[in-house]
Amino acid sequence: MKQEDLLYAKTHEWVAVAKEGGTQIATVGISAFAVEALTDLVFIELPAVGKQVEAEQPFCEVESVKAVSDIYAPVDGEVVAVNSALPDTLETLSSDPYGAGWIAKIKVTNDANLAKLLDHAAYQKQCEE
Amino acid sequence: MSSNNQLAHTPLFDWHSANGGRMVEFAGWSMPVQYTGIVEEHQATRTAVGMFDISHMGRVLVDGPDAAGYLDRLLTRSVVDMKPHQIRYSLICNEAGGILDDVLCYRVTLANGEPSGYGLVVNAGNRQKILSWMETHQTDFDVKLEDITATYGMFAAQGPRAIEILDPHISCELTSLRYYTGQVAQVCGVECFVSRTGYTGEDGCEIVCPADQLPDVWQQLLDASSDVGGRAVGLGARDTLRLEAGMPLYGHELGETINPVQAGLDFAVNLRDRDFIGREAIVGFQKDHKQTVRVGIQMEGKRVAREGATILFGDQQAGAVTSGTFSPTFNHPIAMAYVCTSAAAPGTPLAVDVRGQEHPAQVVPLPFYERGK
Repeated sequence: MKQEDLLYAKTHEWVAVAKEGGTQIATVGISAFAVEALTDLVFIELPAVGKQVEAEQPFCEVESVKAVSDIYAPVDGEVVAVNSALPDTLETLSSDPYGAGWIAKIKVTNDANLAKLLDHAAYQKQCEE
Repeated sequence: MSSNNQLAHTPLFDWHSANGGRMVEFAGWSMPVQYTGIVEEHQATRTAVGMFDISHMGRVLVDGPDAAGYLDRLLTRSVVDMKPHQIRYSLICNEAGGILDDVLCYRVTLANGEPSGYGLVVNAGNRQKILSWMETHQTDFDVKLEDITATYGMFAAQGPRAIEILDPHISCELTSLRYYTGQVAQVCGVECFVSRTGYTGEDGCEIVCPADQLPDVWQQLLDASSDVGGRAVGLGARDTLRLEAGMPLYGHELGETINPVQAGLDFAVNLRDRDFIGREAIVGFQKDHKQTVRVGIQMEGKRVAREGATILFGDQQAGAVTSGTFSPTFNHPIAMAYVCTSAAAPGTPLAVDVRGQEHPAQVVPLPFYERGK
């Protein structure tokens, strides 16, 4: 996925929205900027499929050598898939953060959440501050 | 991102900024937590040479006719019998036996072999506290104290190849400088104090150098070490290295509510035929088998037990983690903790509460890492 086409949360998650049937599915990952800031990632605790998540609330945890960090759900909804290969291939978070490094797919239940997300230009600006 | 207002700068501040150092606040100083990555810097130190700016640590000279007797009163280790060149790891305790700081005490020795007073290297975060403590207890002694933290900087070169790489640049013969000894020597032509000490579990040395000449000496030695894969190392890897080596860190494993006995630092306390501040309390703690003690913890999974995490033994709370990280050498999480004595034997199965979830762990002997001799 091209990072220019994605939406971003202030907390550094990226979101790609796709229509599947009548529902919107948000694929979620963390930005290259976040991966670079975290460095030396060693572990990810994926959410369970079926878990109900709430926008701006932690739904996943990632450990680096130095610290544990929360990953926040960018939207309300239900986790419908997780990247189960990721815990054993954590390096893809830095080598391909917007592709093979995706974390989870969430069935969006509240469209209004999407309007709150930043576009690429606005997110870039936030990272430069 | 973070503001560097009012933070103290080491002589290498500009160097760190120009070389990718990610600067963070540490004990009032702006220090590099890492350059390229903690794991990379950690491995460089374990396999070749790591170079560490440790100028933030406090350096105090103690001289005068009563210097030895004065320090002997303050330090848990004996000082009066220290030979020229000798260095001792020691604690400074209060009357209650609580640890005020852990320090290195140097029998400062000139290039001609003449002793010249004592030096103390203290933790950055404790410098003001220790200076006031030293001044308070100065009254009965004819001593002169001098804080040389700002006029001198300090750096460490650590790793299996550190000695051979540094030796050609240092006027004394490093290979014959024994572990825990030090002396005045020319380093890249600059008069410095060189010691065979460190905080990584590796061989190597620490060099006290005049602040204005330090960046030049540092660069020359870093260039020399880069030929074998040496590199600058930040505080992040300094922490993972010392944790693997089972070395306590003040503010984590050590503090004023912790005594040397429970910290497992009996080797740093000389009780025989001498008196020092805290002695009586420490003798009492030796008979107290109910206090928590410092242990090593290994996690079964990949989840890291961090500082403050509660440790459970069966359904009992057994203690808490004081430092935890992911060990780059062993590729699994390790931690140090204080636990009750009934849960302190190596092999004891425990659980650690990591953010509300219990994760299995066990007590293991310290240190986690010991270099090959």
